[in-house]
Amino acid sequence: MPQPAEPAGGGRPPAVYGERLAPAVFILPAVLVVLAMSIFPLIVSLYLSLSRFKLAKGGFTVDFIGTLNFQKLLVGSQQFHLLGKLVPLSPVAWAWVALVALAALWPAISGLRRGAGWGFVVGRLVIATGLVAIALLFGATASEGGQFGSLGVTLIYVFGGVTVQYLIGLGLAFLCAQKLAGRRLFRVVFFIPMMITPVGIAYTFRMLTDTTKGPFAPFWQLAGLGDFAWAATAWGARIAVMIGDAWQWIPFMFIVLLASLEAQPVDEVEAAMVDGASRWQVFRYLTFPAILPVSVTLVLIRMIEAFKIVDLPNVLTNGGPGIASESLTLHAFMAWRALDLGGSAAIAYILLFVVTFFCVSFATLTRRAGVAA
Amino acid sequence: MAQDKPFEGVTVNIVTFTGPQIAEPLQRRAPDFEKLTGAKVQVITVPFSDLYNKLLTDFATGTNSYDAAVFAPQWMGDFIEPGYLEVLTDRVKGDAALKWDDIAPFFRDFSASYKGDVYTIPLDGDFQMAYYRTDLLKEAGLEPPKTWDDYLAIAEHFNGKDLNGDGKADYGSCIAKKRNAQSYWFITSIAGNFLQTQGTSEGAFFDTATMTPLIDNDGFRKALQIYVDSTKYGPPDEINLDVGDTRGLFTSGRCALTLDWGDIGTLAIDPKTSKVQDKVGAVIIPGTKEVVDRATGKLVACDATTCPNAIDGVNHAPFAAFGGWSGAINAAKDAKTKDAAYAFLSYMSAPEQANEDVTIGITGFNPYRTSQFENQDLWIKAGMSEAAAKSYLGAIEASLNSPNMVLDLRVPQNQRYQQIVLDTAIHRTLAGETKPDEAIQEIVTGWDEITEELGKDDQLTAYKASLGVTK
Repeated sequence: MPQPAEPAGGGRPPAVYGERLAPAVFILPAVLVVLAMSIFPLIVSLYLSLSRFKLAKGGFTVDFIGTLNFQKLLVGSQQFHLLGKLVPLSPVAWAWVALVALAALWPAISGLRRGAGWGFVVGRLVIATGLVAIALLFGATASEGGQFGSLGVTLIYVFGGVTVQYLIGLGLAFLCAQKLAGRRLFRVVFFIPMMITPVGIAYTFRMLTDTTKGPFAPFWQLAGLGDFAWAATAWGARIAVMIGDAWQWIPFMFIVLLASLEAQPVDEVEAAMVDGASRWQVFRYLTFPAILPVSVTLVLIRMIEAFKIVDLPNVLTNGGPGIASESLTLHAFMAWRALDLGGSAAIAYILLFVVTFFCVSFATLTRRAGVAA
Repeated sequence: MAQDKPFEGVTVNIVTFTGPQIAEPLQRRAPDFEKLTGAKVQVITVPFSDLYNKLLTDFATGTNSYDAAVFAPQWMGDFIEPGYLEVLTDRVKGDAALKWDDIAPFFRDFSASYKGDVYTIPLDGDFQMAYYRTDLLKEAGLEPPKTWDDYLAIAEHFNGKDLNGDGKADYGSCIAKKRNAQSYWFITSIAGNFLQTQGTSEGAFFDTATMTPLIDNDGFRKALQIYVDSTKYGPPDEINLDVGDTRGLFTSGRCALTLDWGDIGTLAIDPKTSKVQDKVGAVIIPGTKEVVDRATGKLVACDATTCPNAIDGVNHAPFAAFGGWSGAINAAKDAKTKDAAYAFLSYMSAPEQANEDVTIGITGFNPYRTSQFENQDLWIKAGMSEAAAKSYLGAIEASLNSPNMVLDLRVPQNQRYQQIVLDTAIHRTLAGETKPDEAIQEIVTGWDEITEELGKDDQLTAYKASLGVTK
């Protein structure tokens, strides 16, 4: 029987080359797009954050100035704007810092006791250091005479807002997971706010929080709050922003948690109930561990989004009163709009650093819990 | 015929902000202009907050998609220094239909000019005045405010009283104090009176010899205190109100006093929205009998030397806040397009069109020509009573004829000085986050920092150029 001839030249057949090249050819466009749209701007904005932008004859100049933009924000004239007005910590603030330090150091201490590797311990110590620094910042800005800067305000929006959104979303998901009349309708109704553009929500809340001529004005006046203005007090403005944000994002929490709750096997719950478990015990030992991995992912996604909040404070309060409701993104946007491109890029990089730190820390600290669940 | 329609086949892309104000008259009159000249005018609108950056990006990157722009003359410095705008000096000199000399001297010589050359065609005259309720003041036997002390006294008198008969307590004074809106212009409307006495070219922002901010002195300190004090007589959410809100409050009869551009005059006569028709008077911005001695930073009494432009011993420095929407031409375009763009801007500004547009509230155009405040009939035809027209035009005339009008800041990156540093510090003071003295230090440090960053000599040169100071 004649044997198949060897390919000419003794090399591999073209089909094999094609097969080897195919992954690169298919992936290359995506890689190029990512490089062009994501990595390149990241590098350019890093350079911008270390530069000063100026208009000049025939165009503009970008002069390298080292870390001056960061210095101005962290220790210079704009420190009050980014970090807030720092004052000596009150005894209560010290107690709060000590509490956070203890909680933050606990994973490292327990890791050492368990004989965990150095990598584990160092990682936990880095996280603890960051958390203590944030606790110190809060202590120094929340004590009497101090004021929050855009970083502190953003963290309030993130942690206050996401916690409230998670709890209410979970509650609503529980309600809609019950066999109640009209639950299908409510599932749709609860989901609607997520479809609305944030600017629209901001204008709606601007109207709703107007105590003198908004639609609730008669109620405010009946309650003796006709002279109260949400946007004229620091916490009023922040709470108004957080309510608007919660109203928009609770549906996201709700829909994902509902799907997760409905995926839980019914027989497990029934068996526990037959064995005499209370509703709380069923939630604590069965339902919550079942939805924990989804919850962790959900909170992580919302945290990343919440760090970028800009529409609501921009429309609702313009960051005011003073800078009381100004988020980091709004801070960067205002600097950009006034052509301070270097300062704006520096704020954006600080935001990137903060988001990365919190998200990595959150993912690291919750990983074990998620796996255990 | 080509002779009849010299710009047949030419398209002019003109950009301005999303109206309806400003864009409306441009869009409305574009077809008429096309019929006359053959040039097709396309009005492109972008949100106000994006306009500056859109223009800058378009010019700086060489995209040049806009042939002309109607924008704030405050941004001229940023656009002229890099050479983006066409010099219009010779064109306006040879344009009889434009009636250049009819435009008030301030807008002609300062607002439209830079380093002695004309770069923009004014379409709007923006300066702030004080408005009051004529019926209330008459009933209480009070005179319109001449000084800031008068203003506060009147505001205090009416605050908490029912001013529109709806049974609810109303407000003595309504000023737009929202952050990142118009708040920083109003503080300058107060402070300018203490800081500038010798005429427009003296400037009210920096010392023209040293570029030292005119902030750390008793005049600005007093102005800041007046601004803070006026909040006591305003609505509870005054620090979150922009001019749209305060105009609504004033025309619905809820405020005895307000500060605003010329818009209130035309809004108050609108029968659909106004409850104060024929009840509104206007005066030149209140002034002061004590002004800052720049050498010492202390307040000194007005006399012939310290206040040469004073009226009855009161120094008034009306503030041309924002400067009025003006049209300019992209220098990079071809000659035919530039000619057509100029012809359109000239057509819009010519008295035949402009004198009608300034009487219509929705145009957003306020008076800037002598013929507009000399001709009362225009306003009576628009719906004003004779008394209201007399008061409104009297205030405009007094402001426009003042040789001491304050020119808005026009140095490069003026937005950083005003919208970022000044606005933030002022708003923090209004919100009680910081004390006036701390705010003053914040502004001085912030302004000095920006000046150093951008080059003190360059900024001083630009500042002096904007004021027409040649030495």
